Amino acid sequence: MTLTQQIITVAMVVLGTAATRFLPFLIFPADRPTPKYVQYLGKVLPAAVFGLLVIYSLKNVNIFTGSRGIPELISIVLVVLMHVWKRQMLLSIAGGTICYMLLVQFVF
Amino acid sequence: MQKRSQMLKRAFRTAFPYTIPIFAGFWFLGITYGIYMNVSGFSFWYPMLMSITIFAGSVEFVTVNMLLGAFNPLQAFVMTLMINARHLFYGISMLDRFRGVGWKKVYLIFGMCDESFSINYTADIPDNVDRGWFMFFVTLLNHLYWFSGAALGGIFGSLIHFNTEGLEFVMTAMFVVIFTEQWLKEKNHTSSLLGLGISLLCLAAFGADGFIIPAMLSILLLLTLMRRAPEKGGGVQ
Repeated sequence: MTLTQQIITVAMVVLGTAATRFLPFLIFPADRPTPKYVQYLGKVLPAAVFGLLVIYSLKNVNIFTGSRGIPELISIVLVVLMHVWKRQMLLSIAGGTICYMLLVQFVF
Repeated sequence: MQKRSQMLKRAFRTAFPYTIPIFAGFWFLGITYGIYMNVSGFSFWYPMLMSITIFAGSVEFVTVNMLLGAFNPLQAFVMTLMINARHLFYGISMLDRFRGVGWKKVYLIFGMCDESFSINYTADIPDNVDRGWFMFFVTLLNHLYWFSGAALGGIFGSLIHFNTEGLEFVMTAMFVVIFTEQWLKEKNHTSSLLGLGISLLCLAAFGADGFIIPAMLSILLLLTLMRRAPEKGGGVQ
């Protein structure tokens, strides 16, 4: 690829990313009332999206080979327990991550 | 003027702690991304400029492959739309929250990556903190972390040797915390369970590279059907 072709390719990716982010705001501008159905989606989607993001961040875990997702499972349980117990975001994240690093570096 | 600078400081101080885990995750991923570009034969200018202008982690890794392949701008555009389609959901969820924040809105939308969206949607912003500036600083800090990580990886990539194996889990841990936080706040868990269950099923059925779009469509379909059914019983709220 020439430099110009590279610039065009990156520009297309920038454009595509911006399109997915700006589109809802262009379709439903702030000065007009948002349709009831879209308001409903705005309320119920986030919870489902957070579930999607959890799975998305685990998408490359293979439960049939290697450590079979066991370090991930243990660390996630720890994160949830710590969070329900102390409800300190940073503490839960740090605890789970350190647990996972110890498991993959020394145990599995 | 005094008041304004105090207000900005307060918004920054409130926003910063929320972004600390993202700093860890973005530096890890950003440096990895910079190294990846470095070993793929690109100068450090590439990860630097791409991290600023694209600012969407997964698609930036894919772009490296696009740049190494044949020139096909339309395919690059369509691939990007598909990988980033989940942002459409973020936008729909943020229509109200981004209202009335002035010029910052454009930047908030531009910088709405998974992490910025998750923080800005779930954070309990105290009443005495300006919402718009809080979200602005969350987005800006995340953008800076990603940019600096990618730049560092691109420049010093080949020199880094320390055992960071497993650090990437910080992102999973953050999404689990955000999911848990949402779970503890909501009365009805239907939507949370639906998101988790459908995504898992679609991952099993379509694999890691193709499950996002079917998962999104199924979530959308089921939530739409549920709106009609139990409306009087409170629905999925």
